[in-house]
Amino acid sequence: MLSHGMKQAGNISLHHLQGVILAVLNPWVAVGIVLLLAFFASYMNALSWADLTYVLPATSLGYVLLALVAKFALQEEVSPLRWLGIALISGGVGFVAGGPALTAHDHQHDDKSALLAKDARNGAPTKDGVPAEEIVPSRVQP
Amino acid sequence: MKAAYAWGGILVIVFASVVGDILLARAMKQVGDVHALWSRAGLWAVVSRILGNPNFFLGVTAMAVAFFSLLFALSWGDVSLVAPAAASLTFIGNAFAAKIFLHEKVDRRRWIAAMLVAAGVALLAG
Repeated sequence: MLSHGMKQAGNISLHHLQGVILAVLNPWVAVGIVLLLAFFASYMNALSWADLTYVLPATSLGYVLLALVAKFALQEEVSPLRWLGIALISGGVGFVAGGPALTAHDHQHDDKSALLAKDARNGAPTKDGVPAEEIVPSRVQP
Repeated sequence: MKAAYAWGGILVIVFASVVGDILLARAMKQVGDVHALWSRAGLWAVVSRILGNPNFFLGVTAMAVAFFSLLFALSWGDVSLVAPAAASLTFIGNAFAAKIFLHEKVDRRRWIAAMLVAAGVALLAG
């Protein structure tokens, strides 16, 4: 979870820098693109085992990290309104993190591959229609 | 008139990024757990299965549309309006769309989370 967050923060903050330095410094752009790809890869990975409504609030921690980086690394002023925003996002993420990561029921279109993946994880055949939340939370521990 | 353009742009951004998120999420659910697949069949199996998924490409395309419409919208409206409005409305839109199209159980806990995050993002990005 932390590495996801760090990658997102890197992505978002560098994305910001990218816009500013784009024309001048190419290495920054390269680093930005690499981190963007890293963000995308970890985002895809997270989506493969968790709900969209679970992953999205978590990615918004990137905004929080961005504000903290601005405050402590760049010595920018963070207004009370923004602190309130940070508190709201953190509260929202805490809210959703307390619940199950995967709620969607597997449908037929979720095909054999999903079931095979579950088999591989359980080491035992899984019957069609087993609710996913019985299996997944083992990987959701922080 | 400019405000109407800006809000139109915001709506296009929100729509495109919600569509993109839904398609990408669906693609990855079809691919299955990346970790399990990786340890069973290796990295290339993961990559080829993701790249072979049509939903993945549609999702990436929708994301690209969202990105370019953000650029357009920024030329029509202020950053301090467009960026927070688009970001926070995307969270709300995604909660609706995930419930309808991905059959996720968006319970009260998740609605509250989506609202809190949307409000927080609006404050931070503004």
